[in-house]
Amino acid sequence: MDWHQLWTIISLPDNVPILGLMILMPFYTWYGLRQSLANDRLIEQLEADPDMAKTHHRKTQPYKKGWAKEVHVWPYLLRIEFLAAVIVTAILMVWSIALDAPLEEPANPSLTMNPSKAPWYFLGLQEMLVYFDPWIAGVVMPSLIIVGLIAIPYIDENPLGNGYYTYKQRRFAIWTFVFGYIILWCLMVVIGTLIRGPGWMWFWPGQTWDHNRLIFEVNRDLHEIVGITTQPMIGIFGFLVTSVFVVGAGWFTHKMITFNEFNRKILARMSLLQYLTLQLLMISMLALPAKMIARLLFRIKYVWVTPWFNV
Amino acid sequence: MAEGNGANGSNGAKAKAGAEGAESRTILGVIDADAVKQKALVDLDGVKQPTKTDLYKSVFRVKHDETPRSRTLGVLSNVFLHLHPAKINRDAVAYNYTWGMGGITFYLFCVLTWTGILLMFYYHPTKVQAFRDILYLEHDVPFGKLLRNMHRWGAHAMVLTLWLHMFRVFLTGSYKKPRQFNWAVGVILLVLTLLLSFTGYLLPDDQLGFWAVTVGTNMARATPMLGHEGPFGTQFGMTAFNDVRFALLGGSIVDSNALLRAYIWHCIAIPFFASALMIVHFWRIRKDGGISGPAPMVLEKEIKPVKR
Repeated sequence: MDWHQLWTIISLPDNVPILGLMILMPFYTWYGLRQSLANDRLIEQLEADPDMAKTHHRKTQPYKKGWAKEVHVWPYLLRIEFLAAVIVTAILMVWSIALDAPLEEPANPSLTMNPSKAPWYFLGLQEMLVYFDPWIAGVVMPSLIIVGLIAIPYIDENPLGNGYYTYKQRRFAIWTFVFGYIILWCLMVVIGTLIRGPGWMWFWPGQTWDHNRLIFEVNRDLHEIVGITTQPMIGIFGFLVTSVFVVGAGWFTHKMITFNEFNRKILARMSLLQYLTLQLLMISMLALPAKMIARLLFRIKYVWVTPWFNV
Repeated sequence: MAEGNGANGSNGAKAKAGAEGAESRTILGVIDADAVKQKALVDLDGVKQPTKTDLYKSVFRVKHDETPRSRTLGVLSNVFLHLHPAKINRDAVAYNYTWGMGGITFYLFCVLTWTGILLMFYYHPTKVQAFRDILYLEHDVPFGKLLRNMHRWGAHAMVLTLWLHMFRVFLTGSYKKPRQFNWAVGVILLVLTLLLSFTGYLLPDDQLGFWAVTVGTNMARATPMLGHEGPFGTQFGMTAFNDVRFALLGGSIVDSNALLRAYIWHCIAIPFFASALMIVHFWRIRKDGGISGPAPMVLEKEIKPVKR
């Protein structure tokens, strides 16, 4: 266990936001889910007791008769905003006094940094380069992430959970987002920061970043394992394997959105276009963990090799 | 009545009543000492209660009283505050619902604009000067190091708070009808924020920024059809000197043109678009019914059939 190496990585000023991420993200996930569960308990009570549903104000927030429903922005909101600004300024000041922004040597095109890393918030994309060719990891996937995020409100036909925390009423949506955001995006940022060392090799926390380390594992393409060697067959085989994945991922997604009575009810509200968009985005998202498993556990580089592109 | 010296009507009336009861005294036989004293008292009233003066009213348009009307006008008639509604759902001011992340993100944007303007005074976007300017900033400019640190850490913090804001909006389902479009605007703002941060990374012109931007823009080579190493790139006639990466860098390598382009994107173009979209984002919050909650819960049996 090389504690010094661990400290070198963690104490790098540019990695401080990652530490913030690793603390804040679990905290706010817990904080949000805690309120969701509290709301879910109230929803159960309201569903069991129609009279209560009529009288109760349907929030877990305290309420007494005669309380005004609204408060003045001046001063009740503005003082909070002012306080928040003061606190943020104070934190930023202390942070800026305590830690200096990194400045390396002058830019030198003939001296490559190893590892040369993108800014931390793009490390998820850089990590994706291990699993996909740059045209997928650097262009197609980011575009799909942006389009997919924008599409969320237009494909989520579940009218419940609008304006309050809930888990029970939005299981599929919450699982999908938490999986895509926390497991895939944030975790890959953390891997890219803490795990990936020189040569973008995998170093466990505490393992020394050895610049001379050699890895003897050979990555193979899937068709080589099967023993196909000539091109038209390689392409067709890859196409078939990819198709099997697409059908499998689509089947899995369909299973999830028809998982229970409520999910089926929401599905019935969706148009065909919404359903197909959802499937496209889900299959694309699931392709990443599938390729990660193939690469990290089975050392498979490409599944589908053609003369024009490789997947 | 003694107006025009910073007092409003009622204070002037008091002053006059006091003046009538006093005997007349003079300074040097010319100036009415009591009148001067009364005038001074009126001014003193203004100092004691600045929010009642004409001067205050001329700036803030309304004088401040402890009345609901005055509190409302204080928000509605102020250009910086008028994006707020006059009143807000009492549960929405609790921290646990909003986490305050959207507001903090905007505040950090303001901090970054301010520190960024100050940094621009000391920075030349040229290969010869850029790196030296950073050294100069760190070692000679008063508080230059603090300025640069605040700009960098503020940018990192902004990315974090933005992600948390998005997470909260998702968990509360706030993107649902009628706020779908505002979520889309928010996603574009997210992209612009990341691009702002990314373009700023190159500006110190050090190894860190140079290689980060090299790694980042190398991906653009692989753009399908538009990059010279991407699928069908060669078929579309792409070379290293006419593809999308060339357009981003203003050249085939990260050099002086790339520095200038990053600078202009970073300091002018992206902040401009981001500001325009922020105006839309905040305006739509109000138009879509203000902050989304905490809203009363809806039960499963109350779902209305979908309308198309």
